[in-house]
Amino acid sequence: MSERSLPVRLLRRLFFDGVVRFLVLFVLGLNVRHRERLPAQGPAVIVANHNSHLDTLVLMTLLPRHLLPRIRPVAAMDYFLRNRALAWFAREIIGILPLRRGRPRRGENPFADIDAALAAGEILILFPEGTRGEPERFAAFKQGVARIHQAHPEVPVIPVFLHGLGKALPRGEALLVPFFCDVFVGEPVDAGGERRVFMQRLEQAMNELAAEGDFPPWE
Amino acid sequence: MFAHLSPNVLWMLGGLFGLLAIASGVQWWLARRHPQRDFGELRARIRSWWVMVAVFALAIVVSPTVSVVFFGIVSFLALKEYFSIIPTRRADRRVLFWAYLAIPLQYYWVHIGWYGMFIIFIPVYLFLFLPFRMVLIGETRDFLRAAGTLHWGVMTLVFSISHAAMLLQLEGPVLPAGGAGLLLFLVFLTQANDIAQYIWGKRFGRRHIAPRVSPNKTWEGFAGGVTTTTLLALVLAPWLTPFSTAQAAAAGLLIGGAGFIGDVTISALKRDIGVKDAGSLLPGHGGVMDRIDSLTFTAPLFFHLVYYLYF
Repeated sequence: MSERSLPVRLLRRLFFDGVVRFLVLFVLGLNVRHRERLPAQGPAVIVANHNSHLDTLVLMTLLPRHLLPRIRPVAAMDYFLRNRALAWFAREIIGILPLRRGRPRRGENPFADIDAALAAGEILILFPEGTRGEPERFAAFKQGVARIHQAHPEVPVIPVFLHGLGKALPRGEALLVPFFCDVFVGEPVDAGGERRVFMQRLEQAMNELAAEGDFPPWE
Repeated sequence: MFAHLSPNVLWMLGGLFGLLAIASGVQWWLARRHPQRDFGELRARIRSWWVMVAVFALAIVVSPTVSVVFFGIVSFLALKEYFSIIPTRRADRRVLFWAYLAIPLQYYWVHIGWYGMFIIFIPVYLFLFLPFRMVLIGETRDFLRAAGTLHWGVMTLVFSISHAAMLLQLEGPVLPAGGAGLLLFLVFLTQANDIAQYIWGKRFGRRHIAPRVSPNKTWEGFAGGVTTTTLLALVLAPWLTPFSTAQAAAAGLLIGGAGFIGDVTISALKRDIGVKDAGSLLPGHGGVMDRIDSLTFTAPLFFHLVYYLYF
């Protein structure tokens, strides 16, 4: 993790404690189920379905404030580092861990940064759908999360199902429309390092969490 | 901070805290006397009452502007709950945004005391504007349902509730405790009516009054509640309102009856959608919409009663 200077650290605190909390807890508002299942410390991986830029901010608000410096949302390099201003904001204020989408280059280990972050006890936020996609629709999970579990079988992977954020701010929209959003936290998914078993259990856990809710139609 | 309020209003607010202290005392005594019974729900409910009364009292005491902003926030939270539990169309995202925008505008008319605009802005201008905005988007599937549900929400949760805040704009030597006295009279009686109907129904309720909508409502609860509310109105009216005895009794009957109808109307809506509570912001009560259901009916009716009689 890049060492932040004091002004940047203060700016980051101000952004999360002021802007993000106001946005997430007042403008939106959350119904959280099983909050006690969230990790109290790193290393850990939080896995969620992805519908909106707000997803990351909501998950970061849910964790205890003192953990903020240890949270790293894993985010697409091509999208978030596409210009200097956005790259600065994504790296310094949000604190993303940039990941290259697509086929890895020769001799490159695409998981090197993730392995290092987990070894340093950080909490990763991961969206295995790989994209926000169609709002409020599940897309197939990519396999990278299973590779992380295989390499770090002792690190808890906590599934979180999010609903409503794709209604509030879907992909391609700049206008935020307030809705209460649901956050259902699952039990840690464990498969003893077995990749295929892990993917099955993770997808099953997500489907079970999604089935806990009874959501109004939005077509 | 208190200069804009009459002593009667401050006494009334103090009295509310006194009632809460009694409620907490009774709850503590019940829990001691029946250690095997679970009073968690009651405790959560009373604790939420403490928070609500404290925030409401603060909003009244600080300044009239803060009071108006407070009701604007109540409308926002309730409307957000409503939009989150009803079926909405993806195409209507921007229409919902305009519906939300009606809240600051409506409460701004209240703040500047522009009665003419306050009374037609939502029923006329917004009523015409929202369908127009929907037509611009062009999605016709479920058009009528969407236009109807959106406007119903803004009418009940913004237009109706803003009448409570508009009471603060009423002034004159005829009012013994200013607009704030009227507001306290309305809000206290509406909430007391809810509680009285609940307690009378729980204790003596036998004959169902609307079994398909709200299975816990009974004729006994309704009668006991309305009677209690009318008696409270008679006691409080000389301190807070310009009402004669007959007018105070009429106001009590109106708040008791309309409060009941507001309550079962929101119950019917929730039953239609298939949810028990509209939200979870107030532990023991549900959401903001669950708490102000009666007020959506009592606020406009009480406002117009006062307005007709005295202004």
